[in-house]
Amino acid sequence: MKILVAVKRVIDYNVKIRVKADNSGVETQNVKFSMNPFDEIAVEEAVRLKEAGKAAEIVVVSVGPAAASETLRTALAMGADRGILVQSDDEVQPLAVAKLLKALVEREAPGLIILGKQAIDDDSNQTGQMLAALLGRPQGTFASKVEIGADAATVTREVDGGLETVSLKLPAVVTTDLRLNEPRYASLPNIMKAKKKPIDTLSPADLGIDVSARLVTLKVEEPPRRKAGIKVPDVATLVDKLRNEAKVI
Amino acid sequence: MQQIKWDDPFLLENQLSEDEKMVRDAAHAYCQEKLQPRVMKAFRDETFDRDIMTEMGEMGLLGPTIPEEYGGPGVNHVAYGLISREVERVDSGYRSAMSVQSSLVMHPIFSYGTEEQKKKYLPRLATGEIVGCFGLTEPDAGSDPGGMRTRAKKVDGGYVLTGTKMWITNSPIADIAIVWAKSDAHDGKIKGFIVERGTKGFSTPKIEGKLSLRASITGEIVLDEAFVPDDALMPNATGLGGPFGCLNKARYGIAWGVIGAAEFCWHASRQYMLDRKQFGRPLAANQIPQLKLANMMTEITLGLQACVRVGRMMDDGTWAPEAVSLIKRNNCGKALDIARMARDMHGGNGISEEFHVIRHMVNLETVNTYEGAHDVHALILGRAMTGIQAFS
Repeated sequence: MKILVAVKRVIDYNVKIRVKADNSGVETQNVKFSMNPFDEIAVEEAVRLKEAGKAAEIVVVSVGPAAASETLRTALAMGADRGILVQSDDEVQPLAVAKLLKALVEREAPGLIILGKQAIDDDSNQTGQMLAALLGRPQGTFASKVEIGADAATVTREVDGGLETVSLKLPAVVTTDLRLNEPRYASLPNIMKAKKKPIDTLSPADLGIDVSARLVTLKVEEPPRRKAGIKVPDVATLVDKLRNEAKVI
Repeated sequence: MQQIKWDDPFLLENQLSEDEKMVRDAAHAYCQEKLQPRVMKAFRDETFDRDIMTEMGEMGLLGPTIPEEYGGPGVNHVAYGLISREVERVDSGYRSAMSVQSSLVMHPIFSYGTEEQKKKYLPRLATGEIVGCFGLTEPDAGSDPGGMRTRAKKVDGGYVLTGTKMWITNSPIADIAIVWAKSDAHDGKIKGFIVERGTKGFSTPKIEGKLSLRASITGEIVLDEAFVPDDALMPNATGLGGPFGCLNKARYGIAWGVIGAAEFCWHASRQYMLDRKQFGRPLAANQIPQLKLANMMTEITLGLQACVRVGRMMDDGTWAPEAVSLIKRNNCGKALDIARMARDMHGGNGISEEFHVIRHMVNLETVNTYEGAHDVHALILGRAMTGIQAFS
């Protein structure tokens, strides 16, 4: 079985995000980028399935600027076999990413597609679901456990009320949650080996997909600063404020 | 023109290749997630966790410049420096343990050893399955290693080693020791031997009571008529050039490493100045703290540029040992000043283990001294400029 994993290059989770002066977006110049943490979990899961003999090949895909090849290289250093970069310098929104991935799924015919549940930059949490719908294949989102059977995957999902277990006919789409696994560190020998693994570069046009934006960003602002709390003298005042000011009781 | 990046004013990031950055990021993640949580207790209890060598081996951090055919990843010197910086950002003791294995054990076997010795030891040293140590310094021979007393006497089938080595990182847990001794079969010249644990007359008592580098283990090497076979001799180095060749590599790594420790102290001080309020405003709002932080930023930024430059020179073969002396001396001295200043800026909290700066400070006292003391490196630079050796 072949596994296709989608990874996104995002601003590193340690970076303090700054909004651009003109409110058109966030500052990206000289900012450290790295692989979306949920996608690292997706790569790790694929590598573990391969190590367990459940998969034969892992193809990693990224959609983004030329620098996204560094993100692919990280995935290759973790154990993926080859990479595909769909290069676009413009913003590519979830629906367009899903369409690109659908075209690649049709080309590569993987038995399983694993994605992070969301990217930590826009937190959309849409691409996996859209991809499953476009493909007309089953989806198991927010996975905390994945088991591969003969022609089906059993996925344990983290839902609000607890855990839900679903069985998906393969090929299927799985999106990863935080507790699925703990991604490995890329070891130095594997980093050096990853340099020799192939990365193909395609354009959206090569796949026949129009990636023009459907959503317009009007304005990006920092969240309002949290205001300092106050001390109340007694319980009666507290209850009064909760009832009349906060209106929560 | 762009906005300044305060923690990387000269954009070192843009001077690194893709794989150098990947190596750095992998080392950073390992060090912060696996080493940082252990260091406080290890330092307090004066213990070294042997598992760290195995973990570093799995990551490929041991002997990083050793080529693939001998079990190393074969990265360049800049990548090696970046690893050293990340490990020492956590603790100089952990960096010492790694440096010894990489530069002082694997490097001499790779450069001076026979093909059999390389095949026998390097792959297992790279994985951390075995640990090595390096015996040069003696109780009465520190800055003047040529004054060593350890002797190798030729006997039938091998050599008998006699002498004592002092301040040897990793010696109590080492499976092999690289021992430098004056060999009577080589006109009294210094030769290197690989001595295996279990050799009769070889022992490695631990040195207790260090108030610096407590998270790394240090001992002696005692050689009491220890017999080693002929094939323990590393044939391809004679004289002080052998140990000095190793020390050049290690000192280069130290020059990077201490910047990691200094960066920790700088970033911690900056944050403390911003968080700590006295007289109704943050300490960072005062001119003296800003001056101190500016001095830290300046020395660290310049020191890092010097490291990258010397690393590139090592990679293209244009370096001279004196260039390594220059950055070892400069960066150790500056890092020690920065750590002392950081300790001071943290006020009362600065003496607590939880703020880490005092640990870096006492560690750097050692790092400024070992592998060529600050003053001795000045004399090496003095000799290079004047042609006159001032230390003998």
